[in-house]
Amino acid sequence: MSEITVQGGQEVLGVRRIEGPIIVVEGAANVSYDEVVEIQDPRGELRRGRVLEVGEGFAVVQVFSGSTGLSIDGTRVRFLGGTLHIPVAEEMLGRIFDGLGSPIDGGPEPLTDRYMDVNGLPINPTARIYPRDYIQTGISTIDGVNTLLRGQKLPLFSGAGMPHDQLAAQIVRQATLGKVAGAPQTEGEEFAIVFAAMGVKNDVADYFRRSFTESGALTRVAMFLNLADDPPVERIVTPRAALTLAEYLAYEREMHVLVVLTDMTNYGEALRQISNVRGEVPSRKGYPGYLYSDLASMYERTGRIRTSKGSITQIPILTMPNDDITHPMPDLTGYITEGQIVLGRELNFAGIYPPVAVLPSLSRLMKDGIGKNRTRDDHPRWGAQLYAAYAKTQDVRALASVIGEEELTEVDQKYLQFGRAFEREFVNQSFTENRTIERTLEIGWKLLSMLPKQELTRVTLDEIAQYYKGEDASS
Amino acid sequence: MSEQVGTITWISGPVVRARGSRNVGMLELVEVGADRLVGEVIGLEGDQITVQVYEETAGMQTGAPIYGTGLPLSVELGPGLIQSIYDGVQRPLPLIEEAMGSFIQRGARFDSISREKKWKFTPKVKTGDEVKGGVILGTVMETETFEHRIMLNPDDSGTITWIAPVGEYTVDEPIAKLRMGKEEKSVTMLQRWPVRRARPFVNRRGANTPLITGQRILDTFFPVAKGGAAGIPGPFGSGKTVTQHSIAKYADAEVIVYIGCGERGNEMTEVLQEFPHLVDPRTGRPLMERTVLIANTSNMPVAAREASIYTGITIAEYYRDMGYHVALMADSTSRWAEALREVSGRLEEMPAEEGYPAYLAGRLAEFYERAGYVNNLNGSQGSVSIVGAVSPPGGDFSEPVTQHTKRYIRCFWALDKSLASARHFPAINWLDSYSEYIEDVAAWWREKVGKDWLSMRNRAMELLSEESRLSQIVKLVGPDALPYTERMILETTRLIREGILQQNATEAVDAYSSIEKQIRLLELVLYFHERGMAIVKRGAPINLIHDLPVVDTIIRAKSTITNEEMHKFDDIQKQIDQQMGRLDAEYRS
Ligand SMILES: Nc1ncnc2c1ncn2[C@@H]1O[C@H](COP(=O)(O)OP(=O)(O)O)[C@@H](O)[C@H]1O
Ligand SMILES: [Mg+2]
Repeated sequence: MSEITVQGGQEVLGVRRIEGPIIVVEGAANVSYDEVVEIQDPRGELRRGRVLEVGEGFAVVQVFSGSTGLSIDGTRVRFLGGTLHIPVAEEMLGRIFDGLGSPIDGGPEPLTDRYMDVNGLPINPTARIYPRDYIQTGISTIDGVNTLLRGQKLPLFSGAGMPHDQLAAQIVRQATLGKVAGAPQTEGEEFAIVFAAMGVKNDVADYFRRSFTESGALTRVAMFLNLADDPPVERIVTPRAALTLAEYLAYEREMHVLVVLTDMTNYGEALRQISNVRGEVPSRKGYPGYLYSDLASMYERTGRIRTSKGSITQIPILTMPNDDITHPMPDLTGYITEGQIVLGRELNFAGIYPPVAVLPSLSRLMKDGIGKNRTRDDHPRWGAQLYAAYAKTQDVRALASVIGEEELTEVDQKYLQFGRAFEREFVNQSFTENRTIERTLEIGWKLLSMLPKQELTRVTLDEIAQYYKGEDASS
Repeated sequence: MSEQVGTITWISGPVVRARGSRNVGMLELVEVGADRLVGEVIGLEGDQITVQVYEETAGMQTGAPIYGTGLPLSVELGPGLIQSIYDGVQRPLPLIEEAMGSFIQRGARFDSISREKKWKFTPKVKTGDEVKGGVILGTVMETETFEHRIMLNPDDSGTITWIAPVGEYTVDEPIAKLRMGKEEKSVTMLQRWPVRRARPFVNRRGANTPLITGQRILDTFFPVAKGGAAGIPGPFGSGKTVTQHSIAKYADAEVIVYIGCGERGNEMTEVLQEFPHLVDPRTGRPLMERTVLIANTSNMPVAAREASIYTGITIAEYYRDMGYHVALMADSTSRWAEALREVSGRLEEMPAEEGYPAYLAGRLAEFYERAGYVNNLNGSQGSVSIVGAVSPPGGDFSEPVTQHTKRYIRCFWALDKSLASARHFPAINWLDSYSEYIEDVAAWWREKVGKDWLSMRNRAMELLSEESRLSQIVKLVGPDALPYTERMILETTRLIREGILQQNATEAVDAYSSIEKQIRLLELVLYFHERGMAIVKRGAPINLIHDLPVVDTIIRAKSTITNEEMHKFDDIQKQIDQQMGRLDAEYRS
């Protein structure tokens, strides 16, 4: 067992009620809220759970592996006296654990006496360092227009059948500390990677494992796996266990840690299930009213603190049910994370990889990590200009679909061309292409040069003079 | 001071029930469990006491004691509030960090206001003076330029029997003695005030001075008055926080109270790291020297999030009582409403819409009612303006928090996802937003800038709504089908949108627009329109107007001309005259 096992924990016999993954235990005194319990089923096997509610003489317990096989009479419950802890150690990199943090790779328990509460503690806002260092991912739609910073939480909003796993794997493989455009690429400090799978199929976990192996990163990765056929309730703990290790590595071992959590939508479903079984008042779509706070308690475990050189950067992956961005999971995630990278169905159909829908995507921290002395002086305005031009393209496309392309004004026709080129040359790149920031800026200017100069009101006249290469460049 | 009043019988998240004394008061502050976590009584029934706990309850046991304090949840008020950063129940976060490290642990107990620091007190009353609640007993300089006025507690009155001479005092040393009937009471610079009770004033005044924010779409188009209340709803990523930060930086208020209520830690850190280095244009001092921060981020305990709004508004009222204009930002009121919902859900109360308790509307009303421009008890005038962010699920404004908020605010800044996607910032939709203060503040504009702001503003709005009608047609048949006069409107509204409404908060020149700059830009655009329309009416093709070099100049003016370079706008006017003049001459014959 991974958690601190408290000797002589209080044992009781009486299970009063079993419903879904929840059991109500009677006859326990002085139970603590959120306490870990050990449940012995009629066949003598042990399961773990934790206390969700305590009342006079009873406790409501959530059983991580579910209640299948438990009976009212033959079940014993032992209250272990503490909240759920996992061991943390640097050697956990390179290892594979189950959703509760126990090794499943055949190796031994991590050798450590350091145990940490999986719930973590809130970072004091006065102790944080505001993120400013950009991560070069080599992907134009990220580095160029949705820049990711060290210490940022930036989810991928995707849908079934879209290449979010590839994109996440590519980010993990290519991520290095960003440099000023044109500066020589030095060997970037490498990230430690903490990967947590919640309810995904085995081939997804396998895909990531292979990808880590191929890039030689496997020794820097700790994997926490709760797969589709593992108990759903365990999913509540999996991301927390992963983040607990990440915090240890970042804040005590001063490492830069990249955390990939997939798929948070499955996490949300597990939470909803427990809430429904308990008969809680739902808010939207059956999700509990505390979903926002619950998600925040994980997403906010990202960032940098003043006492350590390390950082935690989070890339949660969510598949949006029905591609609906207003669904409570992406919606509340977007309200907490520092932006979102949204994958688009149409681009995916058109064979564009990565199919990043640029307009609904956002990096809130981008403004603080780019520009002069960070990437290049024109970068912020260049980005705003690409956004504005691409947004205008959408309007023109809508118009063209009504009146026909030939009827468009000359300028509008240029927007159409710009839009197509933007998707094919800027958004589209190969799974192995690792673009420098300079290259990304260059492609962007080439595309902007397809438009008349007067259209480019977001960049300065000096920038136009320096980078614009359009037909009327000289006029 | 605290004695055991009960024993815990039930725990569910932040809500705890105990059995015990029937003498515990509703809303009394209690200490819960062996760690003596702070909580507040929110329900009493027979000998059952229901408490919301302001700290994480994991590890708490049934059978553990709760202790009463006999006091309601209160804030400490006195010199030293400015530049502070507190959690939702006014615990100073820097001291928590000093004592506990980077992570907030349970059981932190610190004075909200330093007991050691000495302040130089200058008396303003004499022995023998008859004084009433709120009267200014003396002053201290809270920062180099900010005068903190020490007031008598609003509930007290009597005769001054002693007043401290000029000198250095801590907040708990007596600075006056007061005879109230037979009793003599010693008065310090420190007051405690129950957060859920609005501080009293004499009466409300008309709210007809705008709160100038330096944001063009707000000041020029949808102004909020000092003492008014505004709501800023929008889906994630549409610009609620950036707008609130901009207001906190540039609003012409003397004190800013910024409440980060259930939002991101990094956003509070940003304010903390940025404000000490930004200069308040009015005093030349760092912005932090007029700011009080309340940070109860999304991962901090949810019950303290509920309290944070009250902690903030009480501090705001306290500075109002001194005769100051205070602006309060709450980001986000939806997270506060969710905290109410969470606690209510744990109590298994009957939910109304979307799981929110039936008293949601009442709580929102109480909060927004605490805004106002008032005559204070001491004869001074002050105001609290409230700007509340609202985060509707899925960006759907028909949800309960947005809908109820609309009933209690008079200024609605509706953020729009599609504008944000196109990077039109601030993404405030000019057709969905409104301000009910427009008529009220018109006189102020006339007096202040000597121009007819109201009719210019209304003219621009007219053009914008005309644009919306025209673009429906354009979407169906393309722009060529429109007559040139109508396309002239579209040329002008492009200038309004890109040259006036869009304002980049991250760009030094553009981030803050003086009202003089705002009105001059508007004037120029409307002038451009009048001249252009005259020419087009004479048959000039619209593309001649569209291609005039001055169009680009006007669009760029917001970020190329600083607030100090007003004369440069005259050059633009000359360019309009020259360029339009040529066309005019051509088409006159
Ligand atoms: N006035 C503005 N100027 C420039 N950028 C803005 C402005 N308003 C919003 N933004 C951009 O939009 C992003 C999201 O804004 P934010 O205020 O954090 O949204 P919300 O609080 O509504 O979720 C910001 O990170 C910034 O990039
Ligand atoms: Mg926000």
